[in-house]
Amino acid sequence: MSLILVLPVVVPLATAILCFALRTSRWGRWVSLGGTLLHAAAAFALVAIVSDGTVIAAQMGNWAAPFGITLVADALGAAMVAVTAVTAIATAVYALGDIDAERERLGYHALFQVLIAGVSGAFLTGDIFNLYVWFEVMLIASFGLMTLGARPEQIDGGIRYVTLNLVSTILFLMGVGLLYGMTGTLNMADLSIAVASLEARGPLSVVAVMFILAFGIKSAVFPLFFWLPASYHTPAFAVSALFAGLLTKVGVYALVRMFTLVFDLDTGFTHEILLWVALLTMLTGVLGAAAQSDFRKILSFHIVSQIGYMVLGLALFTPLAIAGAVFYILHHILVKANLFLVAGVAGRLCGSTELARMGGLYRSAPLLAALFLVPAFSLAGFPPLSGFWAKFLIVKASLDIHAWLAATVALVTGILTVFSMTKIWGAAFWTPHPEGLSPEPARLGAGARAALILPIAFLASLTLFIGLVPQPLLGFAEMAGAQLLDPADYIRAVLGDLP
Amino acid sequence: MEVLLVLCVGALTAASVYLMLARSVLRFLFGLVLLSNAANLVILAAGRLTTVNPPLIPEGASAPAAAVANPLPQALILTAIVIGFGLFAFALTLVLRAQGALGTLDSDDMTLAEGRPVPTTEDGR
Amino acid sequence: MNSVILQAGARYLAALLLLFSIHMLLRGHNEPGGGFIGGLIGATGFVIYSLACGVGEARAALRVAPEAVAAIGLALALLAGLLPLFLGLPLFTGLWPFLGTGPDGGKGLPVSSVLLFDIGVYLVVLGSVLTLVLLLEDEGERND
Repeated sequence: MSLILVLPVVVPLATAILCFALRTSRWGRWVSLGGTLLHAAAAFALVAIVSDGTVIAAQMGNWAAPFGITLVADALGAAMVAVTAVTAIATAVYALGDIDAERERLGYHALFQVLIAGVSGAFLTGDIFNLYVWFEVMLIASFGLMTLGARPEQIDGGIRYVTLNLVSTILFLMGVGLLYGMTGTLNMADLSIAVASLEARGPLSVVAVMFILAFGIKSAVFPLFFWLPASYHTPAFAVSALFAGLLTKVGVYALVRMFTLVFDLDTGFTHEILLWVALLTMLTGVLGAAAQSDFRKILSFHIVSQIGYMVLGLALFTPLAIAGAVFYILHHILVKANLFLVAGVAGRLCGSTELARMGGLYRSAPLLAALFLVPAFSLAGFPPLSGFWAKFLIVKASLDIHAWLAATVALVTGILTVFSMTKIWGAAFWTPHPEGLSPEPARLGAGARAALILPIAFLASLTLFIGLVPQPLLGFAEMAGAQLLDPADYIRAVLGDLP
Repeated sequence: MEVLLVLCVGALTAASVYLMLARSVLRFLFGLVLLSNAANLVILAAGRLTTVNPPLIPEGASAPAAAVANPLPQALILTAIVIGFGLFAFALTLVLRAQGALGTLDSDDMTLAEGRPVPTTEDGR
Repeated sequence: MNSVILQAGARYLAALLLLFSIHMLLRGHNEPGGGFIGGLIGATGFVIYSLACGVGEARAALRVAPEAVAAIGLALALLAGLLPLFLGLPLFTGLWPFLGTGPDGGKGLPVSSVLLFDIGVYLVVLGSVLTLVLLLEDEGERND
C-alpha cells in the first residue's frame, strides 16, 4: 500500500535523473515520455484504490504520524495526480514536436519531470511543511522551464514570475511557523484536531489570512494575479501549456485542502473573504482578457477568471459547491492546457501569437480549428462539454443558498468568456491572414504535425467525453467533496483510530 | 528572549518591505532575503525558546533523560535556509541575465514582456 | 585575479577545504556537520580556486560538469530512500548494517543508508552551488 503512494513522486524523480544523463541524446525525450506513462499508470492505480471512498496513507521513514512525514491519498488528491498525469502525457507528446535540441541539451526533460514530481508530491503530502518543500521543488523546476532558452522577453517575464512566487513562499513559510507555534504540529490531520481545541481563535484567523495571501499569489486570484499574464505567454508553448494547466491549480488545491481541513472553524470570516476574492477574480480576469490582443495573453487572463469559479465553490462551502469546485479544477486543467497547446500550433503556423498578425487558419488547418472550438466552448460553459457541467454545479450551488450575486457574476463571466473566444476565433481562424500568408500545416513536417495535433485531439476528446458522460466524474467529485467537508476518514487514515 | 526575537522579526520585515518597494529589482531581491530570514526567526520563536539540554538521547536509552530543547524548528529552518539559498542564487543569476539582456534593472523600464519596447529616451513611453 | 600569493595559496587552501568538507560530512551523524554544510565547504574550496586561477581551471579541476555532480547526488539520495522498499519497509526508513565488529566486541563500522543519503546531499549541494557560482563568474568574466 505504501508503494503505490510513493510511486507518483519517485517515478518522475528517477526519470528526471535518467533524462539528465541522456540530455544530449535523442533518447531523452522518449525516456521522458515513458516516465510520464509509468507515472500515469501509478496515478490511475491510486484512483482505482480510492474510488470507493477509502483514504490511504503511508508514513515515510517508518516514523509514526504525526511525527514523521505522511503521504495521503483521498479522492481529491488521487484525482489531482491522475489529471496531472494526463496533462503530463499530452505535453510530453507535444514536446516531441515543439522543444528544440538546444532546449533539450539545457535539460528540458529533466526539469519537466522534476516539475511533475513536485506537483504530484504537493497533491499527496499530508504534512504542511512537506507541502512547502514540494512547492519549492515545483518552483525551482518551473523557474528553469520559464527561462530556458533565455530570450529577453522570457527573462523579463521570468523576473516577475520568480520574485512574486518567492514572496508567496515566504508568506507560506511564515504562516506555517505561526501555525506550528499555536498548535505544535505540522501534520495536517493532526492540525485539524489541534485547531478545534484551540482557545485563541483570533490569531488563527490572522494566520488563515496569511495562507489566503500565500496561496492566493500562487493561484493568481484578485488582486494578486498580475504576475501571471505578465509571464505565461513568454516560455516555450509546451511549457506554457503545462504551467497554465497545473501550476495555479496547485495553489487552488492547497487553498481547498487547508480551508476544508484546518481553517474551517471561522468560515463567516475566512470564507467571506474568499467569496469576494472569487467574485472579483472572475470579473477582473475576464475583463482583462477582453482588453488583450495576444492569443496567449487572452488565455492567461482567462486562467485568472476561471480560478475565480474554483475559489467560489470553496467559498460557498456547501457539499454541492465543493464538489463543483473539484469538478471545475479537474475539467479546467484539461481544457486550459489544451487551449495553450492550440495556441502553440496556431502561433507556429502564423509565426506569431499576436492576433493582429494571425489569420486564415480555418481555411488552411480546419482540423485545428475544429479542435480549438471544443476547449474554447468548454471554457465558456456550452453544453454538451465538460465546462457546462462545471459551471452548472457552481451556479446551482450558489442559487441553492440564495447567493444571487455570485450566480449572476458566474453567468456574466461565462458570457464574457464567449466574447474573448469569438475574438480569437475571428482573428486567428476565420479572417484571412493580414499579410496574405497562408499558414499551411504542411510546413511543419509529418512527424511534428502528428506530435502537435495528437495531444490536442486527445485532450479535446476527453473534454467531450466528460461532457457527454458526466456521471462518473460527477459522482467522484461529489464523493471528494463529501470527504473534504467531513474529514473524519482522512484523519483516521493518517492517525489511526483515535480514542 | 521572545520579545527580542519578535523585535528582530519586525525590524527585518520593515527593512525588507522598504527594500521591496524600491524600483530596482536587485533591491527587491535583497528585501526578499531579509524577509526569508524574518520567516526563519518566526519559526524559531514559534518552537518556544528554552534554556534546557540539547535534544540528545544517551546511548542505550530510548528517551531523553531530562527536558530537552525542541529540535524540530531547527530542522525546519535548516530546510528553509537550504531551499531559500537555492532559490536566491537562481534569482540572482536571473537578475544578472536581465541586466545583460534588457540593459536595465529598473522595474519601470522592464516592459518587454508587456509587448512594449524598452524605453530608451527620457519620454520613451 | 592576478595575485601570485592567492594563486599559490589557493591550491593548498582548496585541498584543505575539500578535506575538511569530507570530515564535516562524515562526523555529521552524531555531531554538528553533515552533507549540506560539508557540500558548502567543498564548494567554497572550488570557488576560491576559480577566483585565483580562473573558471576554466576550476572546471578542469572538478573533471565532471557540476550539474552532473548534482544529478549523481540526487540519484544517490533517491537510492538511499528506495533501498528500504526492497526490504518491505516504508520509503526512507534508515537501514543500519554494521561491518565487522568493533574493537571492544561491540557493533562494527556503521554503513547506513542515512550516510548514503547524506553523501547524496553533499554532492547535490556541491554540484548545484558550483553550477550557479561558476555560471555567475562566467558572466562576470564576459562582462569584463
